[in-house]
Amino acid sequence: MSKAGEPIRQKKDDRPVVLSVEHVDKVFRLPTEQATGLKQAFINWTRGIKGYKEQQVLQDVSFQVHRGDFFGIVGRNGSGKSTLLKLISGIYYPERGHISYTGKLVPFIELGVGFNPELTGRENVYLNGALLGFTRSEVDAMYDDIVDFAELGEFMDQKLKNYSSGMQVRLAFSVAIKAQGDILILDEVLAVGDEAFQRKCDDYFTEVKKDPNKTVILVTHDMGAVKKYCDRAILIKDGHVVINGDKDDVANRYTLENLKATDKQSDGKKQGDEYPTGLSAQVPLLRAYPVSSSVCKSSDTFRFDVEYDCAQYDNLYMAIAMHDTRRGGIAYDTGSDAIRLKACGHQVVHCSVPLNIFNNGEFRLVVSLRVRDAAQTDKNAPTKMIAFTNDENSCVFAIRDKRNREYALLSDRGLQISLLGEESL
Amino acid sequence: MPGKKDNFHGCLVVCTLVRSIVDRLRQRYHYSLVILRELVKTDFKLRYQGSFLGVAWSVLQPLMLFVVMYLVFAKFLRMTDGTPTYPVVLLLGISSWQFFNESTSIGLRSIVDRGDLLRKVHFPNYIVVVSATMGALISYGINLIVVLIFAIFCRVHFTWRVLLLPISVFQLYILALGFTLIMATMYVYFRDVSHIWDVLQQVIFYSIPVIYPLTAVSGIHHWWGPVVAKLLLLNPIAQSIQDIRHSFIAPETTPTVWNQISNPFVTMIPILLTVIMVVLGVCVFRKYNRKFAEVM
Repeated sequence: MSKAGEPIRQKKDDRPVVLSVEHVDKVFRLPTEQATGLKQAFINWTRGIKGYKEQQVLQDVSFQVHRGDFFGIVGRNGSGKSTLLKLISGIYYPERGHISYTGKLVPFIELGVGFNPELTGRENVYLNGALLGFTRSEVDAMYDDIVDFAELGEFMDQKLKNYSSGMQVRLAFSVAIKAQGDILILDEVLAVGDEAFQRKCDDYFTEVKKDPNKTVILVTHDMGAVKKYCDRAILIKDGHVVINGDKDDVANRYTLENLKATDKQSDGKKQGDEYPTGLSAQVPLLRAYPVSSSVCKSSDTFRFDVEYDCAQYDNLYMAIAMHDTRRGGIAYDTGSDAIRLKACGHQVVHCSVPLNIFNNGEFRLVVSLRVRDAAQTDKNAPTKMIAFTNDENSCVFAIRDKRNREYALLSDRGLQISLLGEESL
Repeated sequence: MPGKKDNFHGCLVVCTLVRSIVDRLRQRYHYSLVILRELVKTDFKLRYQGSFLGVAWSVLQPLMLFVVMYLVFAKFLRMTDGTPTYPVVLLLGISSWQFFNESTSIGLRSIVDRGDLLRKVHFPNYIVVVSATMGALISYGINLIVVLIFAIFCRVHFTWRVLLLPISVFQLYILALGFTLIMATMYVYFRDVSHIWDVLQQVIFYSIPVIYPLTAVSGIHHWWGPVVAKLLLLNPIAQSIQDIRHSFIAPETTPTVWNQISNPFVTMIPILLTVIMVVLGVCVFRKYNRKFAEVM
């Protein structure tokens, strides 16, 4: 289906694998008795009970990260993301399976790199550098960079206990990202610091994304960040990798997972796994497919159908977003409640879109079904997504026209800048 | 001259071999050494931080402790083996025991105390234990200097045996390290260990001839007096402390395994026990250290 996406992916796989996780299982032992210690251990032994129950945190997790990737790991709280990061960082060891990486790995886990409150900022930077495997002279070389990035120049000789919590995290984060590591592991970092600092981080991430030698593994709940920075992502649910690959799929599915959790009526949660990404018991079928040719000229009007099968809802809406897969971003979106569907059940909707204003490019139409609670009398109440088309059942098409140019999204027919006059100064 | 040339060649081969082995070892333990240095430095800095006299305490503290010990044991209780240097022998014994005591009781908690760090960064966690024992070793070094000053004041007769001192100190150190590795591992799983160890330490302390001279036991006029004295000396802690005393300040008057027991196989028992302790410590620690971050 996705002809446009394939060549890009092929190119990616040429780069060397820097981190590979193969069939990793992790089991935690949770004590069932209140007391721990020798006495309880002895009592448990005489009774012949284990005194703990085993919790499978990760099960058969496999994925690979290539050099230069910006890799996202997404999942709800308690799904096993942080455990996975700790396994990768070597803090935990897997029960089964194998994790290997090449290059220097710099973890930033649980909002810190293990600072000592009694030491000064400077001493902490050097201690941490050593723990991450850098010699004194190597830390010397990156020290100024770290302090500059953290904007804490005047506080470096103060003890860390006199820092505000924001300053501490900022310093820790700066150490992690300015250390000359090859693989950077970041856990829940996007809420670090004030707005100015966040903007700086944003610039840094954008820059790192371009760097072919730096690999970043990011755990976050911010789907905007996943869509913005990541090249690839995985979604973890109950210790399993549910989706491995396309970041948009992952982000959309994650949003849906969270909606399901808040939706108390949803009894299809357990069966959810039987359905492909984006679909559920309520909506077992949703797909968009081209009716006209999927390679069009600008003068064409692209025609496509949306087929869906959905349970009875009072207020059913359809939203269509047109993704620009070549340039990134969303070229057009209908809005969440502009198209109201009249009927539920198994239906097909015929649609068309004029292409005159666009230059050459590849596009993907992502359709989502949305409902507004019947109880909500307010017409402006937000709608809720119940299904979306995933990577496979979205509709892909391309524009190829000799009259068009390649670089920008809009063609001269769509938009032109007119000169109002010239003046010499 | 072909033989000479061959010799030269062989020498060169051995040299490059040794060098490559040293290089390999350095590469392998470079990371660990960097961390160890930083951790020991940090611990030392933190120990005296915020105090008015600062690092001076590391000398003052043992000095004051010695004065108290000297007054109590040598003056009031009149513990003596009859020689004029006994007060210094006593001080050396006590400071050696203190080293063992400090390194095991701090090292015991080291893994759990550094838990915050071990849960965030991966580094070889035996370094945490080693750095705790190293801290105690530094204090011991300072104490030894204080003992040396006392010894000079007491006009102790030094001999060439002082050169043997590092060997005995090394033995005591690796013995302490072996104990600490086992205790630290057990402490991660069972916090009771620290209380048990506190009691056990007292038992060991009174079972070795540190505050009393060995003659106090061997001089008992029963058939078991000399036998118990010999048994006490077979404890590697007692053996190494007696050796330290023997080599450092009192070669003439300190009874050791070597001059009390004639059977050479029996004299090897404390050395063997030391080796067993270290190997056991390393094995136990290696077996369980992967689970530390989860269990703590």
